[in-house]
Amino acid sequence: MSRGSKDRMIAILMLSPSVVLLAIFVYGFIGSTAYMSLTNLSTQMQLSEQLRKAQEKFIGLGNYNSFMTSPLDSRFRIGFVNTLFFTLLFILVCLVVGLLLAILLDQKIKGESIFRTIFLFPMALSFVVTGVVWRWLFNQNSGINLLPTLVGFPAGTFAWHTSQDQILQFDWVNFPIIVSILVVVIVVLPSLWYIVRQRSRIAMFILALALLANTYLLLIAAPGLRSAMVRPETHGFNLALLAVVLAAGWQMSGYTMAMYLAGLRGISEELREAARVDGCTEFGVYRRIIFPLLAPITLSAIIILGHISLKIFDLVYSMGGGDLLSIDMPGMFMWFETYRGFLPARGAAVAIIMLLLVAVVIIPYLWSSLRGEPENE
Amino acid sequence: MLNRRNWIYLALMVVLLLGVTGVFAQDAPSGELEVFSWWTGGGEALGLEAMIARFSELYPDVTVVNAAVAGGSGVNARAVLTTRMLGGDPPDTFQVHAGEELNAVWVAAGLMQPLNDIYEANGWLEQYPQGLLDLITDEEGNIYVVPVNIHRSNVLWYNPAKLEEWGVTVPTTWDEFIATCATLAEAGVPAMAIGENWTQVHLWESVALGVLGADGYNGLWDGTTSWTSPEVISTFETLGAVMDCANEDMNSLSWQDASQRVINGEAAFNIMGDWAAGYFIADLGLEPNVDFGWAASPGTSGNFIFLSDTFGLPVGSPNPTAVNAWLSFIGSAEAQDIFNPLKGSLPANTTADIGNADLYNAYFQSAYTDWTSNSIVGSLAHGVVAAPAFSNAFAGLIASFQGDGDAQSIAANAALLAIQTGMAQ
Repeated sequence: MSRGSKDRMIAILMLSPSVVLLAIFVYGFIGSTAYMSLTNLSTQMQLSEQLRKAQEKFIGLGNYNSFMTSPLDSRFRIGFVNTLFFTLLFILVCLVVGLLLAILLDQKIKGESIFRTIFLFPMALSFVVTGVVWRWLFNQNSGINLLPTLVGFPAGTFAWHTSQDQILQFDWVNFPIIVSILVVVIVVLPSLWYIVRQRSRIAMFILALALLANTYLLLIAAPGLRSAMVRPETHGFNLALLAVVLAAGWQMSGYTMAMYLAGLRGISEELREAARVDGCTEFGVYRRIIFPLLAPITLSAIIILGHISLKIFDLVYSMGGGDLLSIDMPGMFMWFETYRGFLPARGAAVAIIMLLLVAVVIIPYLWSSLRGEPENE
Repeated sequence: MLNRRNWIYLALMVVLLLGVTGVFAQDAPSGELEVFSWWTGGGEALGLEAMIARFSELYPDVTVVNAAVAGGSGVNARAVLTTRMLGGDPPDTFQVHAGEELNAVWVAAGLMQPLNDIYEANGWLEQYPQGLLDLITDEEGNIYVVPVNIHRSNVLWYNPAKLEEWGVTVPTTWDEFIATCATLAEAGVPAMAIGENWTQVHLWESVALGVLGADGYNGLWDGTTSWTSPEVISTFETLGAVMDCANEDMNSLSWQDASQRVINGEAAFNIMGDWAAGYFIADLGLEPNVDFGWAASPGTSGNFIFLSDTFGLPVGSPNPTAVNAWLSFIGSAEAQDIFNPLKGSLPANTTADIGNADLYNAYFQSAYTDWTSNSIVGSLAHGVVAAPAFSNAFAGLIASFQGDGDAQSIAANAALLAIQTGMAQ
């Protein structure tokens, strides 16, 4: 046996336990969850073989159809829309605040480590603690609404996480159309630009995917939804989410700050000096040198924050007590369907949808980093 | 690799384990008894601990493990319980609400053991009210749990001194309530204090009983009252009108916060189960009939919405002998007189010492009179009349209704839900 093949044998032996465990406990269970989501399984059936034989049925995409169209499942749609708005705002707040803090800390100020610790500290708390504390702070009649009275102004009246106000309203039947417009703006136009400017193969592939998705959205989903919805159903951006964004942003901004600070420290002083010598303004140094160099960090931050916010549960549960629809999230709906309604099949369907949402964020990242590796070698 | 010393350790541990888990078990109850509940705070935790203390005196060989899981009306505890039952690791005995919460899940899955022997041995068939026994008995006559208490859900709480100050009386119908609301609005006081979502479902069941009457209310659960009938739609309209008379910050209040607003004079009335009496007396140190007053919720005089906490013996319970002793104990008048005065509920066993004013205060004396003379219906918010699949989704419907106030659409949705969950055709 040659040395190379012996090494390979050892490598395979060392890796195989974790590969097997991963295959069973991650992918196997994803598979069984996906299968469960296509049935009508209830907890009673799980508990009793007899009931299971008598009542378990394969219902295909029935649970998913019900989430999208049934008047009884408007709660799922509320959570789904909420989670999209929340993710967008939460990432934005964390990136902007984190970058700002990192730039300020990077000015070689005195006591930097103290500030760094202070800003990073909220991350050490559990989301449950954050939720409870901010619920008290946001209490309509006793919390931060009273702050203006300290300086003689009238107390604030915004109801924060219990607010019922909604802006950017749309009817649910128009959702596929809105998504397809967003796909055009976010995916189609940029990839066209890449195709024209750089003749990029990948951009062509992405463009084809986007056009396929839009065809489905406009020709199948939109008319299907129109005929299936019994009543018009208004959704929109619930202002109550601002409270959740504030609380979650407070907790996670320090983390993005730490990431950016590491990135800033990695940019050599020579580079900045060179730019300044070439007559670049201080603002120009950031715009032309520092921000472009921080781009990979921004991408990592978006991935990490995105998967936190898409799966969020504990924060909203402890802030709203569970049944507060203005800040409802799919994770909450999954928990209630599974453990309060005793309908794990529906809970599994929500879990699969959440997995797909996270996959939309993570797979392009994995793809680009896997593709990037061989080139680096 | 195990060396010789480790082998000896291992052997010792195996022997010890076998000993502890009762391979050499005797007939007298011994070993560990795990009691699973969601009683973690206030009077209910005290009541449970007092029962356990007395039980330990009677059965010194049994070590009771109090496995209580905290969280809003038992949702978290039921999640833990479900996971344990699915994993084949049932607690020895667990708390469950009498009615559909018990029947539609645990009995339907065949996981509860009949307790008729215990009932007969203790003579309980004569000591428990027949209506209550019917709810915990299946078609073959098997009884599955032992109730420890009775709570009333449809109680209207108020502060007598404050009502006098505002010049209003206790409304006996919802029309009167709405009129009272207008009077109170002039004084700038919300007529009703409401808390988070489940207290709104709780409020609706009182409204529905007041509007529909006992027969109409019961018909909702057996399919004889149509959810889309004008009467049922008007229950939601009334709920909307009552919410308009209430505090705006309802979603951020717990039930304690809401009840306390009445005591503080920040709202005129509150509809809450009679655990509120326990809270007023034990936690706030108030005097019944002086610091707080009560009445049946509007339109429900002569009717009693009840719920009951019970314990049973699950299939696969590790220590059934000890569970038998525990169940025989908690069903007795002695145990119920220990537990209920602390928890703030009525004894389910009719031979309990209810006339003893040292144990049961003025509120419970009057509630007990109602319990034995009123027509009894079950609670929706507390798992008696509807399966979890219905009550879970209904909570979501009430949450939507609180946002849009559309009585027609919630009635239509509830009708659809009743069909989907098999409660109506």
